[in-house]
Amino acid sequence: MIRTLLVRGLLVGLVAGLIAAVFAYVVGEPDIDRAIALEEAAAAAESGTAEGGHSHDEPLVSRPGQRFGLFLALGLYGLSVGGIFALAFAGLRGRVGPRSEGALAITMAAVAFAAVVLFPFLKYPANPPAVGDPETIGTRTTLYLVMVLLGLLSVAVAVTSANRLSGRGPAVRRTVGAAGFLIPVVAGLVLLPTVDEVPAGFPGTLLWDFRVASLGTQLVLWAALGVLFGILSERAARRTGLGAAVRAPVPS
Amino acid sequence: MSDLTTSAPISLPALSRWLLAVPVFLLLAYLVTFDQGVVSQAGDYLHELMHDGRHLLGVPCH
Repeated sequence: MIRTLLVRGLLVGLVAGLIAAVFAYVVGEPDIDRAIALEEAAAAAESGTAEGGHSHDEPLVSRPGQRFGLFLALGLYGLSVGGIFALAFAGLRGRVGPRSEGALAITMAAVAFAAVVLFPFLKYPANPPAVGDPETIGTRTTLYLVMVLLGLLSVAVAVTSANRLSGRGPAVRRTVGAAGFLIPVVAGLVLLPTVDEVPAGFPGTLLWDFRVASLGTQLVLWAALGVLFGILSERAARRTGLGAAVRAPVPS
Repeated sequence: MSDLTTSAPISLPALSRWLLAVPVFLLLAYLVTFDQGVVSQAGDYLHELMHDGRHLLGVPCH
């Protein structure tokens, strides 16, 4: 059973990653190209000065190579996320959340998107090339991971506290669950240090477009993961349900 | 979608063996998102190859 779920998660994750890569290729790549052009123009303007970090001047991988790498990166990322999703689904199924497997898969994907993508994004949004100081990459990575972990922990707190109140009505449990998620996450949004490293003169529309493309890529990935995993699970459940009905027509 | 697909929970001891796979998945995600050549010998190459994906996944990058 767990093996079936894991294989389903890996396959669906890979497919979801590739669907997201198609979206990213169409919507996000033009913005990356524009940002790299700006980065190179800025580097050319101050030619002669040494560059820190990794530059795009003498590429280890060509731009077409990086565009191909987009599919590799998102495919592998989808595989990883799909595997973890399947194991979480195996643990939660029949214990927490909606009884319908399809509804559980979609709910899990939506909650994971909010916790792992949306809230970290609100605090530390995605940045195109040319935005961000290479000196602070360590700090920015740590802060970003703190936000992701805070999102996951908040979900755990919300679900656990809502489950403790099993005697209460659904309205109370929902309110407690929402508060359990939102209070720590909003505290993180307010209290964690702000990162402001957009270079002067960087076009605001390009920054916005890139960030929308980035959020859209993640949204497509998680939506595809939840919906496809849900459809396959429903189908499998109906098949085993039918099989059981055929084998044992009279319930004992 | 039907509301009738209530399944019995999978026993936690059975599940715990499979949780060993989680670090493997996390390592894979790490290679895509944060690796700067720390883990893999081909790190720089992989890092540059997956450059666009990392930016669009919203992970901090240079």
